[in-house]
Amino acid sequence: MEDLITSILTITIRAGTSLLYATLGEIYTERSGILNLGVEGTMMVGAATAFAVAYHSGNIWLGLGAAVLVGGLMALIHAFLTVSLRADQVVSGLAVTLFGTGLASFMGQRLGPGGTTMVGLQGPSFQRIPLPVLSDLPIVGPSIFTQDVLTYFLYLLVPFLWFYLYKTRSGLHLRAVGENPQAADVMGINVAATRYAYTIFGGVLMGLAGAHLSLGYLKGWADNITGGRGWIAIALVIFAMWDPIRAVIGAVLFGGINALQFRMQAAGTTIPASFLNMTPYFFTILVLVMITWWEAVRKRVGAPAALGIPYVREEKR
Amino acid sequence: MTIVFEKRLTRSRWAMFLVPVLSFVLALIFGAIILLTFGVNPLEAYRVMVEGSLGSGYALSETLVKAIPLMLTGLGVAIAFRMLFWNIGAEGQLAMGGIAAAYIALFWADRLPGPLVLPMMFVAGVLAGAIWGLIPAFLRAVLGVNEILTTLMMNYIAILLVEYLYLGPWRDPQGYGFPGTAQFPQVAWLPRFTGRVHLGLVFAIVAAVLMWFVLNRTRWGYEIRVIGENPRAARYSGINIGFNVLLVMLLSGGLSGLAGMAEVSGISRRLYQGLTVGYGYTAIIVAWLANLNPWGILFVAFLMGALLVGGDQLQVAMGLPAAVALVLQGAILFFVLGGSIFVNYRIRIVKGRRRPEEA
Repeated sequence: MEDLITSILTITIRAGTSLLYATLGEIYTERSGILNLGVEGTMMVGAATAFAVAYHSGNIWLGLGAAVLVGGLMALIHAFLTVSLRADQVVSGLAVTLFGTGLASFMGQRLGPGGTTMVGLQGPSFQRIPLPVLSDLPIVGPSIFTQDVLTYFLYLLVPFLWFYLYKTRSGLHLRAVGENPQAADVMGINVAATRYAYTIFGGVLMGLAGAHLSLGYLKGWADNITGGRGWIAIALVIFAMWDPIRAVIGAVLFGGINALQFRMQAAGTTIPASFLNMTPYFFTILVLVMITWWEAVRKRVGAPAALGIPYVREEKR
Repeated sequence: MTIVFEKRLTRSRWAMFLVPVLSFVLALIFGAIILLTFGVNPLEAYRVMVEGSLGSGYALSETLVKAIPLMLTGLGVAIAFRMLFWNIGAEGQLAMGGIAAAYIALFWADRLPGPLVLPMMFVAGVLAGAIWGLIPAFLRAVLGVNEILTTLMMNYIAILLVEYLYLGPWRDPQGYGFPGTAQFPQVAWLPRFTGRVHLGLVFAIVAAVLMWFVLNRTRWGYEIRVIGENPRAARYSGINIGFNVLLVMLLSGGLSGLAGMAEVSGISRRLYQGLTVGYGYTAIIVAWLANLNPWGILFVAFLMGALLVGGDQLQVAMGLPAAVALVLQGAILFFVLGGSIFVNYRIRIVKGRRRPEEA
């Protein structure tokens, strides 16, 4: 029994890691008033780049750095289109995802040894490292405190992002830009620069989310590697009501669904695999319905008030 | 020196024409750079793509084959976008249409009178797509659930349902392990004109005519446009937005369902993995590039069909990933999006410092 709980907890955290990176990235992006629907595509390119670079250089950190870079670049495209050129945020985000999906698929088919496919290649990957002392604890020791570096980094990142958002001056500016850009502008905050900065920062986290898939959780490249995780992350942002701490709950929930799916398949269930694979998507819809209903009942919506609305100083909206 | 954007009072006709054309050219240049970084001669690649998609009668017919589902899903997506309902679920609606049509073809073809089989498949496909589109519409209209996410999640569910059916209960027992259903009986085949170009082309053209008529000549179409252009005005004038969301999604899902029916009945003549190859996503690009205009959609769908066939040719002739086509599609959309600022704004370069009242 203890083993079972440990194993489910371990997979939950491993599956939840990339989801949490992506969700945190989207939370910070949306907090600045920019809706980035490019998560799925950005993660995909991040995963492909991370694996390709790590594979060819043999250096996993170079792979990680490359994922950070392309994640930021993909988000920069979105920021440029939506902030500077005032393009529709929904369509621009979709464009990032469509472009990213195509680019990642192209890379996957081309960046193996000698221009062949990357599918099935074994490259360097992040190993799970037991933390001294803590990993000796029962149940949580071999699960929560025996993870890879990217997961450990999250343990620090989540409280930091929460603290930054709610307790620092810069965090206040970020929230002001997302809630009321006019007022923020009057306060002397550079709205455009803020939106650029946090959209790019969000993209960096999405790139890391992809890197954790190909270098940590799934250890390799596969077509359509993200499998909708980017979209689930966007749903988790709503679930988390734009709060980094609450995002952890969402990531654990969906990581847990993954773990259960995994366990059931391993236990030889009679439920067809196709139906098991539907569960995360089905649950996403269910969670969305419940959270929307709950928000309507409580008459509160957590979304930044200016989300999705371009800010142009001289124009009234 | 500063760059100033001035809002135009009317959208620039010139820009509306030039932006898509220039976007296409810029995307080709952008694609060339990507091809170069991957060590491919872009001119050679583009020549192969054009020749393979437009260079012969056969090539043209294959381009049309890919254009048909893009036309139908593009029209479906566009009518929802017209009222700012973000239906990203065309792929799933197409899959459901394919499933329903396959159901009729596999289990009812021998029990129905022959001439009734295709019409029944048509109805089943449209209905299945419409119902699949209605679920997110209902959640949005009644509870306000974000439709982008629900339509998308339902794509994954529908695709997995297709997979379950052709791998499981509907699998061809004589298929020697081929992952797919048995071939449909001949009465369930959509007639073909030339090559693999089938009757779906007529469906698409008729759908475009109907959509133009509804949007421009009926009161309902007027309401849809008002909701899309000014939701507040729509609400004040007593237009029932929720009800319109349901109606529009019936139509939107139905068109994508029809695309699925046409695919299984006109092309594959069975249900298999190749049904969901991303037409529903490319449809978003088609609709946006065509400015949500029905005639434009027919034309852009043809171009995108050519791009997809060209991508396949690249794979066959040069051993390059067909995904080049997807990269180019994405790039075109980027440039069109970026360029649309020239449609709505006039750009002026002001010499010297800006005066405070301009800032």
